[in-house]
Amino acid sequence: MSFVNFTKTELKNLFKKPATEKYPEGPATYKETTRGHIVNNMDTCVLCSVCQMRCPTRAITVDRKAQTWTIRPFSCIQCRRCVDNCPKKSLSMAKEYTEPDVTRTEKVFALSDRQKAALAEQARRAAERAAAAMEAKKKEMAEGKKDETKKDETKKDETKKEDGASDQTS
Amino acid sequence: MASKRSVIPFGPQHPVLPEPIHIDLITEDEKVVEAVPSIGFVHRGLEHLVTKKDFGEMVYVAERICGICSFGHGYGYVNAVEHIMGIEPTQRAKYIRTLLFELSRMHSHILWLGLMADAFGFESLFMETWKHRERVLDMLEWATGGRVIFSIMRLGGLRKDVPDEILKSFLPELDKIEEGIRACEKAFLSDPAVLSRLKGVGYLSKEDAISLGCEGPFLRASGVARDNRMRGYAAYKDVDFDIITSDDGDSYGRCYVRIQEIYQSASIIRQCIEKIPDEGIYVPIKGFPNGEYMTVIEQPRGGACYYVHASGKKFIERMRVRTPTFANIPALAKTLQGCDVADVPILVVTIDPCISCTER
Ligand code: SF4
Ligand code: SF4
Repeated sequence: MSFVNFTKTELKNLFKKPATEKYPEGPATYKETTRGHIVNNMDTCVLCSVCQMRCPTRAITVDRKAQTWTIRPFSCIQCRRCVDNCPKKSLSMAKEYTEPDVTRTEKVFALSDRQKAALAEQARRAAERAAAAMEAKKKEMAEGKKDETKKDETKKDETKKEDGASDQTS
Repeated sequence: MASKRSVIPFGPQHPVLPEPIHIDLITEDEKVVEAVPSIGFVHRGLEHLVTKKDFGEMVYVAERICGICSFGHGYGYVNAVEHIMGIEPTQRAKYIRTLLFELSRMHSHILWLGLMADAFGFESLFMETWKHRERVLDMLEWATGGRVIFSIMRLGGLRKDVPDEILKSFLPELDKIEEGIRACEKAFLSDPAVLSRLKGVGYLSKEDAISLGCEGPFLRASGVARDNRMRGYAAYKDVDFDIITSDDGDSYGRCYVRIQEIYQSASIIRQCIEKIPDEGIYVPIKGFPNGEYMTVIEQPRGGACYYVHASGKKFIERMRVRTPTFANIPALAKTLQGCDVADVPILVVTIDPCISCTER
């Protein structure tokens, strides 16, 4: 009888454990692949701003002066574009969803002390190299030769990487 | 003595449908003699955003036209721009696109079954169907990382590969879903109480369905064999499937078509998993699109048209989407004529209305 058909399913369901999770009594479960929220490893970030430029909702702000990386989790659409484009593989997607809040908060990440020191060291070396190049050039000028080709190489290489990543639109 | 006519407003907020559509029902006693639909409550101006977001970023906006056929909207836009730019995605990308498209279709149809059960007041059937829908959402989450918006589409292919192990793990899941839907199918298609709410309700003849420009399962339930997947976009030309139709032309027929399409989608997914080649998923794109293109794809609710006009700049000039719900509203007004007031919620649900994507 067609009547009994669904009754059977209903009776079976009566003796099975619930199909739903008891959240928030128990913890929520996530898949390995779930796109939950963005985290930045402040030990490797070089504040290059590629993520800021690639983010379709402009949820990320990089402040080089203050050495901070800021995300507005309520603007982020978890598209993973920043993760795919980060040249240092500093960003990653954690599987837990953004926690609820009552205001549109911002999350500010400051560069770790180690990374601050590393960046300062890098900047110091770059300045040294530039100074050395300048010196060499002055000498060459003094010697009357006009060979300017070597100078450009000492410029920061981060900007080049930005260009390299630009074909990865969408 | 002629009965007095009165107007009953249906919507914009109505318990049967979480989306705002307003219908003025002109009634005589308990019979509807005329229905005047009006839309325009959730216009968001998404098409205009095409001039504000660059053509790569627009994919994310296109996906957000609708929460249920999000993959299809992303695909429609990408398909149009790829044609303009002359890009041919790899076979693997095409197969994964087809597979995700069919998963979305399953998700949409199972969701619809639940809404239908809810509309005729069979709450336990509603929950049972949505239990199976949850499995489909889990599969989508495994494949893409998202449950509603997948963000996997990209001009030139996909943003992320779906590994073969994950694809293989879908096979037992599909079996379980099919088994569950078979149990529900008996309730939908042979339970006398359900049949009394579906059989003969909202009849639409084949001729009317064609002349009113219906789309999708609503059209196929009136016996018209038209399915845009037969055009062979993505990998549809490489998989085997038939157009499912029903000659009933009533709510029962629409239920039947959608249930059969769930099984058909499962079969297409199995074929995709079997045939999928091992290769890259992305072809790099160069330059900006220049030209125009119009494409029609089969969304779960019917054929959707995407028109893109670009002029070689970073921002596309015009994008236009025609969604299946928009095409089905005139036929809805026609089927509402002569029905009982109590059947109105069921008939509104049978076109599977998606008002947000109609108004964008
Ligand atoms: S792209 Fe990566 S390295 Fe550059 S600022 Fe963003 S997180 Fe830091
Ligand atoms: S996931 Fe997408 S929206 Fe979120 S911060 Fe990264 S790029 Fe921006």
